Amino acid sequence: MLNFLEEWSFFGGSILLILIGLYGVITRKNMIKILISLALMDTGVNLMLVALGYVKAANAPILNSVVQTNTAAFVDPIPQALVLTSIVIGTAVLGLGLALVIKIYDKFSTLDISKIRGLKW
Amino acid sequence: MPLISSFLILIMLIAALAALFFDNLLNSIIAAGLVSLIASVLFYFLKAPDVAMTEAAIGAGLTTAIFVLALYKTERGKSE
Amino acid sequence: MKFRNFLALIIVAVFAFIIFQAFTIVPAAGEITINKFGQADLSNRTASRYINKNVNSDSKKVIYKESSNLESGSANIVTSVVANYRSFDTLGEITVLFLAAAGIAIVLNLEKSEKSRFAAKEASLILNTGIKIIFPLLLLAGAYIFIHGHLSPGGGFQGGAVIATAFLLKMLADYKFEIKEKSITLVESAAGIVFVGLGLYGLITRGSFLENFLATGTVGELFSGGTIAVIYTAIAFKVGAELTNIVKSLIEA
Repeated sequence: MLNFLEEWSFFGGSILLILIGLYGVITRKNMIKILISLALMDTGVNLMLVALGYVKAANAPILNSVVQTNTAAFVDPIPQALVLTSIVIGTAVLGLGLALVIKIYDKFSTLDISKIRGLKW
Repeated sequence: MPLISSFLILIMLIAALAALFFDNLLNSIIAAGLVSLIASVLFYFLKAPDVAMTEAAIGAGLTTAIFVLALYKTERGKSE
Repeated sequence: MKFRNFLALIIVAVFAFIIFQAFTIVPAAGEITINKFGQADLSNRTASRYINKNVNSDSKKVIYKESSNLESGSANIVTSVVANYRSFDTLGEITVLFLAAAGIAIVLNLEKSEKSRFAAKEASLILNTGIKIIFPLLLLAGAYIFIHGHLSPGGGFQGGAVIATAFLLKMLADYKFEIKEKSITLVESAAGIVFVGLGLYGLITRGSFLENFLATGTVGELFSGGTIAVIYTAIAFKVGAELTNIVKSLIEA
């Protein structure tokens, strides 16, 4: 049981987070909720990328006064570097989406995408 | 350790579902912020302190603030 | 209404099936698939080269506070990937951030509608005094985080975000506080010019864009890593200015 949890909790959790976000993007009608679902998917993908580079009982990739040489076991630093930039971009793109939502609300005074004329779903 | 992290992941998934199914938009924004906060703790467990700091400062802090600002520029700002 | 939820569940189920399929593939000989959790094999990944700080030749032992004049003298390996080995990637990422910030400013200023600033009009004494104390402390924390980016967890992105948070708090609490558009533009473009200029100088003197041309010093000292600290400081100013600009446009929309 403990072994199963250790092996699958991070992968399973991040995949479920991606799927919850996907379900939200498809079914919700409120534009802010759609953007929240996109943020959830983003977090799920980042969590999965970092989990793929994890090595059991290894150190964080930083040399310090405790881990003094590079012969010690480290986790993979490349996914961490990629995720670092991905989080910042994710927030900026969400801001762009929210700016569009504010403008759409100014024009149609509603957040419900099914009530906006010209869009059907 | 596996028990703690799976418990946190369970709470994170519940918060994600809550963010989708709350009726009040402010509640669901706060729930999404909780998801980001727990994700930053999980990054720390995965030995990624750099990513944990970024997620806590940007994902949980600034993103929630931006969402709340946009909410008050649209629905909340008109009703009150 | 019900039909749509049902359809969404089917799409999600198909997606889940495809993702879980990727974890169950049995690799053929010489094929690399997704590893099990906690068993990533770094010896055949690029990461081992970065950890050994010796991309061009064989591996070398690095000792904290002893080894000097390495290829990349940063104690934090994530920093050496972000700001040295893959800094061209980071330059592109900063460009995307700039485009997003510019897009937000353009979209929100398309037509002049009546603007209302989202801030406390009559802040109480406690809020005013608290912000007065917290604001410089937050700026100091941000500066500490990005200056020590090559020694400890943290760096330009985190420091820039903390600085942007400080300005967000100040703008929310103080109705009269204004950041001039010009100063944001100045900081942002100066940081960008420093980043690209360092890259071009490396191209001219060493032969490849963004190559480290300063002495890298001893691993673990504050003055080590050559251009890494300078590039991360430029990134911090750029990210801080851009995130502040995003928050400012949303507050004043």
